Amino acid sequence: MRFYFKTDYAQDVRLFQDGVQVFWYVALAAALLALPVLLPEYLIGQMVFILIYCIIGAGMMLLIGYTGQISLGHAAFLAVGAYTEALLQARGVPFAVSLSAAALLSGVAGFIIGMPALRLKGIYLAIATMAFGFIVEEVITRWEHVTGGNSGKQLKQIDFFGIAIDNDARFYYLCLGLVAVIFLGMINLMRSPTGRAFVAIRDSEISAQSMGIHLARYKTISFAISAALTGVAGALYAHKVQFISPEQFNLLVSIEMATLVFIGGLGSFHGAVFGAAFIIALPQVIVFMKDYLPTAIAQQTGLQPTIFGLILIAFLIFEPLGIYGRWVKIRTYFSLFPFYRGGMFRRQKAYMKSDRLK
Amino acid sequence: MAQFLQLALSGIAIGCVYALVALGFVLIYKATETVNFAQGDVMMLGGFFAYTATALMGWPYWAGIVFALAVMAIFGMAAERIVLRPVLGQAQFTVVMVTIGVGYVMRGVVTMTPGWGTDTYKIATPFAEKVVNIGGAAISLEQLMIIVMTAALCAVLFAFFRFTRIGIAMQATSQNQLAAYYMGIPVARVNTLIWGISAAVATFAGILLAPITFVHANMGFIGLKAFPAAVVGGFGSIPGAIVGGLIIGLVESFSGFYLPEGFKDIAAYIVVLLVLMFKPSGLFGEKLRKKV
Amino acid sequence: MSFFTAENLSIQFGGVKAVTNVSFEVERGEVFTIIGPNGAGKTTIFNLISLIYPPTSGRILFEGQEITGLAPHRVANLGIARTFQNIELFEHATVLQNLLIGRHTHRTTALWQELLFLPPVRRAEIAHREAAEKVIDFLDLQHYRDSFVAGLPYGVRKVVELARALTTGPKLQLLDEPSSGLNPEESDDMAFWIEDLKKDLGITVLMVEHDMSLVSRVSDRVLALNQGEMLALGTSREVQSDPRVIEAYLGKQE
Ligand SMILES: Nc1ncnc2c1ncn2[C@@H]1O[C@H](COP(=O)(O)OP(=O)(O)OP(=O)(O)O)[C@@H](O)[C@H]1O
Ligand SMILES: [Mg+2]
Repeated sequence: MRFYFKTDYAQDVRLFQDGVQVFWYVALAAALLALPVLLPEYLIGQMVFILIYCIIGAGMMLLIGYTGQISLGHAAFLAVGAYTEALLQARGVPFAVSLSAAALLSGVAGFIIGMPALRLKGIYLAIATMAFGFIVEEVITRWEHVTGGNSGKQLKQIDFFGIAIDNDARFYYLCLGLVAVIFLGMINLMRSPTGRAFVAIRDSEISAQSMGIHLARYKTISFAISAALTGVAGALYAHKVQFISPEQFNLLVSIEMATLVFIGGLGSFHGAVFGAAFIIALPQVIVFMKDYLPTAIAQQTGLQPTIFGLILIAFLIFEPLGIYGRWVKIRTYFSLFPFYRGGMFRRQKAYMKSDRLK
Repeated sequence: MAQFLQLALSGIAIGCVYALVALGFVLIYKATETVNFAQGDVMMLGGFFAYTATALMGWPYWAGIVFALAVMAIFGMAAERIVLRPVLGQAQFTVVMVTIGVGYVMRGVVTMTPGWGTDTYKIATPFAEKVVNIGGAAISLEQLMIIVMTAALCAVLFAFFRFTRIGIAMQATSQNQLAAYYMGIPVARVNTLIWGISAAVATFAGILLAPITFVHANMGFIGLKAFPAAVVGGFGSIPGAIVGGLIIGLVESFSGFYLPEGFKDIAAYIVVLLVLMFKPSGLFGEKLRKKV
Repeated sequence: MSFFTAENLSIQFGGVKAVTNVSFEVERGEVFTIIGPNGAGKTTIFNLISLIYPPTSGRILFEGQEITGLAPHRVANLGIARTFQNIELFEHATVLQNLLIGRHTHRTTALWQELLFLPPVRRAEIAHREAAEKVIDFLDLQHYRDSFVAGLPYGVRKVVELARALTTGPKLQLLDEPSSGLNPEESDDMAFWIEDLKKDLGITVLMVEHDMSLVSRVSDRVLALNQGEMLALGTSREVQSDPRVIEAYLGKQE
């Protein structure tokens, strides 16, 4: 474990703590840039999905992991982004504009839904967002002359300032750039007053309020930003799959988006990345495993939900800090080797916080 | 008029099913402040056990019901002991995510079970395809039986919570766990039992629903409509769950007939959003405020 | 015009009359303490001042301005900070982050600037840290600056909560049982700090406290409550010797 000796405040405010950290991030960036040369086309395609899910993860992490507000209806914002992109592209609007419009429109939708919904807490908020998700899904199914209803909408490839994004490597670089910008923005936000207000609301609404934080305003901002990010992801997703229809935005997708942050690790953007990688990689791993399983089991469609559910439960019970928490432990283990002692990360017994008045 | 009566009756019948699933939520919520998102899937699994007993093993209808209720009560208790007890006391949504995980596993395992799979099954009932004539309206006996059996179950539950020792202990626990604990009530065991009862109630709902929607692995998603029911009644109120379920059932039935296509499926959700916006505590709920 | 005024405050929860017709004034620069047996309505008065509940009747004035009816988060902007009886910290954040949240009312930057972390944001962040660091020095929290609150011992958490309140830069500080749960040594520190708040920082203190030795040591005036009603108001000695106060605490003496 490294210790940071602080000599002045500017050090606290810095993006990276020290040279070692800079080194690792530069190495990571280099590796990510080289990836399309190293990996086969199919895996690059999967990397694109991971990057898109990273954007979703950033939005969900902001809302669930940092602001403590749950949503089980975020697929609706994914849909708003995807359909906005599809409709605008069909009218010949340039990609930069349509992508911004997708972000803006989903953000505004999030703002409008957020205002009344965020007076609600916990389970009520979950149910309200879930209801909203169902309603949006139904609307895009029925609004046929705009959305194409169940027969869906087709998208063409992206034209990015004259560059045709016609293969997965190009799509990958486009997504990578967006992910980098978005994550930088989110990290900036979290080291500023607004981000801290989110954390305050998550940990204690009552004292956040007594510190002068306007609860409704900040919850709505969080909801709107998270919706806008989801909208961006929706637009990219629409291009990646090239065909969108209502059932791609159903409740199960919303739930998957929420589980992403729980599995990745609540309260860190690293967790969002790990969660995204997990969600995309799991089905691939299962497909791969099928070659080695007895056919009677391998043929089953139920295999994937079962394994997904079991992993989710296992994380929540045994590693509430998710993949990121596990990663921190492993890293600490190696950097301290051989001095690691058991119980170093023993879970703090949290007080049972009841929502009820006793 | 006959039309109206028919719609009302089928609304009440489906509303009874929502009410029972909602009742299952509320029982668990009152006891442990956990919201069980797998309640619909519990209903589904219960339906499969009833199907297994009646169709595959050839038992009579009533024996099948008893069998499914017993198996599912044990299942509910086991689920509480194995996966929920370890996360008790953690953030409310962590616990909810666990129940969502349980739902995934249940759906997955059901489709992988030989003899169940992804197909749709029917449970034969003694009152299938019989029709009674009330005020000129042809009412299916099946719908009528759903209402009668729901009423019977509610009566049994009422008597249980009102007159048995363990039922009273459960009520005490749900009002104030700490005080109940000090009074010598084995709170942990009571919670386990509540999960058992709740699973049995959901199973009963599944069996009642089976003649209408048949039994299949995704039957549990119908249980999601029980959330609006519970909220409309006021989360945490038992009579609220019943009334809320009936309201949602009726709204759905009438909007399916009088409103354009598509409204039937989302009527419940529109109603719940309106309730949350204008009366978040529902019809019978108490207003919750955190004490500092 | 007095600094802080509570005028005929009453509030009822269902049938429970938690506070009935309570009126008092706090002068600038004094330490004013509310005492009373459990359930007397002391915390409820704080909650009324924080505007968590609207009073059934009565009003509250701060520096001549009526605050009842404002949005609750506005109270902090006016310069009123509080601590909670059952510590309400931001558990999954460090001590420093907790204090920085206390600087929220001093926020100068806009959301879009923060997303880009522009120079004004950087400057403001450094200024916030300087302010927080002053409070850390004042309350001797250097050792815990970067620790997560969730793992700290009770006594430290209590100090962190005071620190967070002070970081807001209050004119009036509400303290709900500052010494409860502290050992005698920590309790003694707390008494010193309360005295310093008044003397060095010029902060007016409105406090709820059970420990009578602490109360007599730091308070200028004391208000005794019982079952939501005012019993006595005066210096600590006067109130403690008031027969109705003794009766409220010890029961009727024959
Ligand atoms: N939100 C509420 N809803 C209902 N009753 C309440 C509420 N808040 C306080 N009360 C009641 O008001 C009365 C006064 O409570 P309060 O917390 O103000 O007491 P207190 O003087 O702070 O006592 P203690 O010394 O135990 O902290 C009590 O009877 C309490 O049960
Ligand atoms: Mg109190």
